[in-house]
Amino acid sequence: MTMAPDFLLPFEVALVKAIAGFEHVTNITRLSGGASQETWSFDALMDGKSEPLILRRSPGGGKRVTEGSAAVPLTTEAIVIEASRKAGVKAPGVRYVLKDEDGVGQGYVMDRLPGETIARKILRDPEFDAVRPKLAFQCGEILARIHAVDKEPLRDILPVIDGPIQLRRYRDLYDSYGYPHPMFDYALKWLEPRMAEAKRQTLVHGDFRHGNLLISPDGVEAALDWELTHIGDPLEDIGWICTNSWRFGVAEKVVGGFGELPDLLAGYKAAGGGDVSLDEARTWIVYGSLKWGIMCMSMYQGFRVDGSVERAAIGRRSSETEIDLVNLIFHGML
Amino acid sequence: MMDQPSIRELVEAVRSFLETKAMPELKGHTAFHARVAANALGIVSRELELGGQATSEEVKRLTTLLKHEGSLEELNRELCKQIRDGRMALETPGLAEHLEASMRDKIAIDQPNYSGLRIAKSRG
Repeated sequence: MTMAPDFLLPFEVALVKAIAGFEHVTNITRLSGGASQETWSFDALMDGKSEPLILRRSPGGGKRVTEGSAAVPLTTEAIVIEASRKAGVKAPGVRYVLKDEDGVGQGYVMDRLPGETIARKILRDPEFDAVRPKLAFQCGEILARIHAVDKEPLRDILPVIDGPIQLRRYRDLYDSYGYPHPMFDYALKWLEPRMAEAKRQTLVHGDFRHGNLLISPDGVEAALDWELTHIGDPLEDIGWICTNSWRFGVAEKVVGGFGELPDLLAGYKAAGGGDVSLDEARTWIVYGSLKWGIMCMSMYQGFRVDGSVERAAIGRRSSETEIDLVNLIFHGML
Repeated sequence: MMDQPSIRELVEAVRSFLETKAMPELKGHTAFHARVAANALGIVSRELELGGQATSEEVKRLTTLLKHEGSLEELNRELCKQIRDGRMALETPGLAEHLEASMRDKIAIDQPNYSGLRIAKSRG
């Protein structure tokens, strides 16, 4: 038995005003989220029919922070998703953006699409066997379309976080922990000249990896969780989905443990993203490993506050990214 | 001299208790955390077994690279600093070999089944 959330009444009032034919909310359940950010699944009864929807909500409308990176406000997220959808990107349609006077907090309502986000299922379950080899190409297509979104109207609401800024940010974070990781210093030095010059500056999803990709036996259905979106170097998105930490043990399948990098790059080119070399991609995979390694260090800081055994264990996963950096930098692997 | 059981036997006894006795009785998040705890004891076990030799070899390599002696942490801090400010060029002979050996030893303790270590070992 789930308790009705305290915002249910004002939320229904807001939807009655905003959506023609809306009757009421049923089956509302909390899916996930921390103190500053919630995701709710619900069905909306509209003209006697039930529609599957999602509410992303930040109760106080406060600033959201995800390990080491500042998240954009939910209203910005909704604007970027809609701009991307207009450019042909697969993402859930935004149905309503909450207003201050609704008294529900900050957030938006979007379509709840069918599909799976759990990597273990996508990489192992037989129902995905047939589609798995096609996913890398499709990811390339989606990324090319995200990177082709007209960024000029978004300039006022999105931060510019290009390669050099990211590198500086993560170096500062690493320095703030005061514990030596020579492999991270080596990677930082190695990356500096390689990340200095970007060919392009585009809209970037910012967290394009398992967990945020909705995949069905028909293919990639949508890119979710746009909270780290920004303007920057498009290679960031390509490198992140190829980082070994997101391959879930299937290291030989460079793209998310399901596909080959040349397939992703072919999809990227076919959808107008242009040519990307393996070396350019590798640079951003190195950055992805470094970033995740420093995020593991952040988990140890969290452990020192709350004593969680889970955070303690993640602290010891920095060394996974260090051996990945050895393979990438010293041996030119992917 | 401490009495028996040895520290390694104690850690293994607790780990085995968690895995075979406690975990089947637990549910949901607590069961998951018990698994994480058992895995953490695995790290303790491997560090007790492998940590001593890994550390002494790391210190030996660092002493050669930096051309002076010091504690493991001092030497590592200095290596980081020298890489950062460019005094130790990335191409310095022995640097990549040192880092690879150290990182292999670390992951062999933390996560011996990690895919990245499997790949490194496939090179020999």
